[in-house]
Amino acid sequence: MAIDREQLRHVAHLARLELSDDELERLGAQLNDIIDAVSKVSELDLSDVPATSHPLDVVNVWADDEPRPCLPVEEALANAPERDGNYFKVPPGGS
Amino acid sequence: MIDTLRTSAEEAARLIRDKEVSSAEVYAAYRAAIDKHDPELHAFLHVCDDGGGEGLPIAVKDVIGTKGIPTTAGSKILEHYVPVYDATVIERCKSHGLRVLGKTNTDEFAMGSSTENSAYGPTRNPWDPTRVPGGSGGGSAAAVAAGLAPWALGSDTGGSIKQPAALCGNVGLRPTYGTVSRYGVVAFASSLDQVGPVARTVRDCAWLYSILAGRDPCDTTTVELPNDIELPERVDLKGLRIGVPTEFTAHEAIEPGVRELVEKTIALCRELGAEVGECSLPRSLDYGVPCYYLIAPAEASSNLARYDGVRYGYRTPHAGDRYEMYTRTRDEGFGDEPKRRIMVGTYALSAGYYDAYYGQAQKVRTILIREHAEAFERFDLLLTPTSPTVAFELGAKSANPLAMYLNDLLTIPSCMAGLPGLNVPCGLSEGLPVGVQLIGPQFSENTLFAAGYALEQAIGFDPVPTRLA
Repeated sequence: MAIDREQLRHVAHLARLELSDDELERLGAQLNDIIDAVSKVSELDLSDVPATSHPLDVVNVWADDEPRPCLPVEEALANAPERDGNYFKVPPGGS
Repeated sequence: MIDTLRTSAEEAARLIRDKEVSSAEVYAAYRAAIDKHDPELHAFLHVCDDGGGEGLPIAVKDVIGTKGIPTTAGSKILEHYVPVYDATVIERCKSHGLRVLGKTNTDEFAMGSSTENSAYGPTRNPWDPTRVPGGSGGGSAAAVAAGLAPWALGSDTGGSIKQPAALCGNVGLRPTYGTVSRYGVVAFASSLDQVGPVARTVRDCAWLYSILAGRDPCDTTTVELPNDIELPERVDLKGLRIGVPTEFTAHEAIEPGVRELVEKTIALCRELGAEVGECSLPRSLDYGVPCYYLIAPAEASSNLARYDGVRYGYRTPHAGDRYEMYTRTRDEGFGDEPKRRIMVGTYALSAGYYDAYYGQAQKVRTILIREHAEAFERFDLLLTPTSPTVAFELGAKSANPLAMYLNDLLTIPSCMAGLPGLNVPCGLSEGLPVGVQLIGPQFSENTLFAAGYALEQAIGFDPVPTRLA
């Protein structure tokens, strides 16, 4: 099935990617080829097969609820593109 | 000065221990090899020149976080990122007396099979610099093959350790899922990602794995190994049952030169005393790649959501508001392959498509696990080619993502099943390395090392690239 330009824009919005018209043109054809290829999984009737989300048989791994040192503020902010005191700073507005 | 092309990590460690050479001399030897060959190969994105530290050097794939040392994951979006803590595997290496020699090139976010998707330019294959080293861990594989490092850390999601090891002629292990911590490692597809060793010999590979493996409280997907890792010594395969999945050797994508060497290796297994039989994993081969290219991009689209220009990494200078900051940062910071995978993954997870794509792929994954489990009722391990082809020329597949994805045709199925796999070089085809992968049940690394060692000794593959000999 083909994904049209409108759907591509919607997916790009969900993924917070600003794709230019050129990029939509270039990636669009490739994405359709990829989606076509991976759609092969729908050939199999797997209604009775459980899904695998994780290849190891481990469940409910709990960490002990004990306080331990965390990153100092200066280190946590060391890679911040912009900061204001002890905060990460971002531009206002938008969603 | 040690000969970096011909010294195993085990031997280098012995020389240091017996005070025949100092660790500073060992480091200097590798540093000199990097100066000599890396301008051509571009295996390293960063070389550590602090001069301090002791111990045997190790090269580290640049998706693994290193405190105070830039870690870019081959992406522009992490260009100036310097981690403030070490990944657990780095802590483990350091506590065993190893020192980080440098960070090796990788396809951006480990997404690729040729290292051409690196934002910092491709790595070249030491056997023929017009060809790719494989990927995504092409930097680590090329560094080890060219004697620029005694060994290296890689990471493997669908073949990123095994496939470059095959194309560069080294030994690489993708460990059992859950045996090596991913804490501090740049996440790509979390139900698949594993860190593992890249080495010149099977014994080095086993030794490095024994350093890396074990439960880490910081990564709740890790488990304790059920048994200690043993350095292999036996040179025969007596008592071992080896299965050859017919589809994996007969597939049309496999080059004749690769097939020939794999068949020779199968014959050798018999000579060494193994009981060899055929088995079948039909759906693993037909559905492995489509299944992988739904699950891995879906998980990647979620993992890569963190690159938003807020806490670390690149931020666009062209943002009027916060929404634009997100979308432009990500547009300018990510290369084409992460964009493709984020788009495919987001689509496969989006409302109305989830069941048909991601949900269905998770069920296919169960089928692949069952198919392998059935094979292991009759066999101790499986043997297949690692890569369908030898190293290909730079640019040969970069315009066609689907052609690139097929490089991992043979490595993906066992990765999906969480199984360990070891690449062992088995010869040269037209002057380029070919490897076989040995696949075992979960936690069967000792069996893989034992079989890999016996094969390595019998094959007598010379890992020194002919043009550097």
